[in-house]
Amino acid sequence: MSTQKSTSKKTIPIVNDPAQPVTRSLYEPHQKIYPRNISGLYKNWRWVMIWITQIVFYGVPWLQWGERQAVLLDIGTHRFYIFGLVLYPQDLIYLVVILIIAALALFLFTAVAGRLWCGFACPQSVYTKIFLWVERQVEGDRAARLRLDASKLTRNKLLKKMLKHSIWISFSVWTGFTFLGYFAPIRDLMQSILQLHLSPWETFWICFYGFATYGNAGFLREQICKHMCPYARFQSAMFDNDTLIVTYDEERGEPRSGRSRKVDAKQSGLGDCIDCNFCVQVCPTGIDIRNGLQYECISCGLCVDACNSIMDKMEYPRGLIRFSTQNALTHHWSQEQVVKKVLRPRVLIYTGLLLLMSAGLVYSLVTRVPFKVDVIRDRGVMSRIVAGGKVENVYQMQITNASEQVETFKISVSGIEGLSLASAKEFTVNAAESRMVAVSLQIADGSIKSGSHPVIFEIVANGSNERLFEKSIFYMSR
Amino acid sequence: MSDFTSDFWPYFISAIVIGGIVFCLTLLLATSKSHDPAHTGESTGHVYDEDIIEMNNPMPRWWMWMFIITCVFGAIYLFLFPGLGTYTGKLGWTALKQYEQEVKETNDRIAPIYAKFTSMSGEEVAQDPKAMAIGERLFMNNCSQCHGSDAHGSRGFPNLTDTDWLHGGAHETIKETITNGRNGMMPPMAAAVGGPEDVKNVAHYVLSLSNSEHEASRAALGKEKFVACAACHGPDGKGNQAIGAPNLTDDTWLHGAGEAAIIHRINNGLNNKMPAQGSRLTPEQIHVLAAYVWRFSNAK
Ligand code: SF4
Ligand code: SF4
Repeated sequence: MSTQKSTSKKTIPIVNDPAQPVTRSLYEPHQKIYPRNISGLYKNWRWVMIWITQIVFYGVPWLQWGERQAVLLDIGTHRFYIFGLVLYPQDLIYLVVILIIAALALFLFTAVAGRLWCGFACPQSVYTKIFLWVERQVEGDRAARLRLDASKLTRNKLLKKMLKHSIWISFSVWTGFTFLGYFAPIRDLMQSILQLHLSPWETFWICFYGFATYGNAGFLREQICKHMCPYARFQSAMFDNDTLIVTYDEERGEPRSGRSRKVDAKQSGLGDCIDCNFCVQVCPTGIDIRNGLQYECISCGLCVDACNSIMDKMEYPRGLIRFSTQNALTHHWSQEQVVKKVLRPRVLIYTGLLLLMSAGLVYSLVTRVPFKVDVIRDRGVMSRIVAGGKVENVYQMQITNASEQVETFKISVSGIEGLSLASAKEFTVNAAESRMVAVSLQIADGSIKSGSHPVIFEIVANGSNERLFEKSIFYMSR
Repeated sequence: MSDFTSDFWPYFISAIVIGGIVFCLTLLLATSKSHDPAHTGESTGHVYDEDIIEMNNPMPRWWMWMFIITCVFGAIYLFLFPGLGTYTGKLGWTALKQYEQEVKETNDRIAPIYAKFTSMSGEEVAQDPKAMAIGERLFMNNCSQCHGSDAHGSRGFPNLTDTDWLHGGAHETIKETITNGRNGMMPPMAAAVGGPEDVKNVAHYVLSLSNSEHEASRAALGKEKFVACAACHGPDGKGNQAIGAPNLTDDTWLHGAGEAAIIHRINNGLNNKMPAQGSRLTPEQIHVLAAYVWRFSNAK
């Protein structure tokens, strides 16, 4: 059987027509996209999201928390300050959990409503949108911009371009400055800029992030979404036929054709699409949604706004292009049926995991003890006999005070009858510092059998009364 | 670089690295144009199963440029930094130099903190809580492995908290000990003392010096033979800090108390070494550390 199959395998014929040899580049030059302005529901939502995200981004570094900046990711000293929370390298687990939560949230939103993130919150789209807005204010809408770019260089054109770029660059520099403000105190940074003594590295990073903003939002734009963003590539794994996507109702729209408003489409056998290309002109990624679901579509909904405005003009019902699902389109589902389909196993599992992880994170943050202890037995000396016929073990204890106040820690030990702490019982550790101290334990010789015995140190912070337990071993010599 | 076991490997690696870059560039340029005489616009001309056509979905051109820039960057990098076999690179960068540079930078940064302590005497430094916090850290990181976290030492490693010093317990002496290390050397003395019986007698005499358990008759016999030991430990056995000879009249036994341990020492001698820290710690650090150690035996 199998041999028969292999013999029936086809070869790939290379169509060869020496009469018409064509040489084409496999790398295409960038086609600039001139999205047209549009108003409507989704456009408004985009602006709402832009305001929210940008107020947060530009505002947060300026917030103060007591003596310090409220949110500061201090790489140099390995401390992350997030309002009342101070995270240390040992707290990496929180970062991991937060990243997992973010990933799960992305899975969930994608499964339910496709690339909502892309169209409404992704910095790449948001900055592109802002830059486009500037471009439109300076150069005019689509037609004017097309004309301007095609025209010869005149004084007027030069002025407009210069104005646009200087606004873009100022905005980019401010963005780079703000970004750095998350890693270095932003007020000091501002001071240094005003007094013109920014360090070389600070200058570099501000320029670097500024340049990234300028390049990405001013020039690369949808190219990032189409060619570089990994999310665009693996979203198909999270989509199914019940995922809300921007769709064109082909059944209703086709056959498309231009017509006068007076013509009765039904009678002349036409679909509702008047082939005005408005949906294509507003699309920031330059695609035609009427070709079906494409990976380039960032779900911004602008084509929905565009087509709805046409439908209104034509006095057709809205929704030729709309947020809907593949299933809803093929089975002519009502809105309720679509909503009902949202609660499918995939979504429920994502939601469950998301809630679980979030609850875990909240719980561990709330019950977090603001100090850390590490105990290591001294290896140089297993155990020694000291005055009074006692056997002694020595431990190195590292206490990290993760709070922002000086803290005194009380140490006690348990695990063996008669075991006592022979060294100091209290240690003071400065705010956000760690201290290594020697702790020694003693027990009367012969009171326990030789070998190792588990012991437990209990460390209590005097200020907060929070406690930690740390296990170790007491070694009794022969 | 002499990390290669054979002359072949440096060339081998260089060939792979340079070959890789050249290969990438060649591939990029060779595939940038399609010479397939295709019919329809976006088809590459490959047809499979009658109607499955391979389409040309071109990459953006700037992507190709990024690829080229990456190759150029690679070439510049290999010119400046070591990466090609035994070639060390134009900048002369090495991991060791970078490490030394970073250590130097850190030391420069903390120099002002230490500068204040350096101008103070050891006794004053020992009173300064900030200096002692630094000293604690230095001790825990550098000394605790041998002398124990609580500085009580163990067999062969001196206890630093008693008042018994092999080489002297002044701040200056401790500094000297930390900087240059110490070499405690006791030669095998059995021959100089006499036969096994004599050795045993001397051992009992040594025990008697510190009022430890001993046989008085043997101690009396051993006393004469002790002259061999007196050269270092002194006629009265009180030791000599100038050469690090221990005091035998106290009950500190660095290498174990009791007859057997002492006999072993006389027969075999001893070589005890405290490694020099001068190359690992700066003089300023040692100044503070010595004060911290000094404080152990000179109450608060
Ligand atoms: S097709 Fe529509 S929703 Fe998709 S990116 Fe273009 S305008 Fe936005
Ligand atoms: S905007 Fe609507 S009517 Fe106009 S071309 Fe697009 S789908 Fe057709």
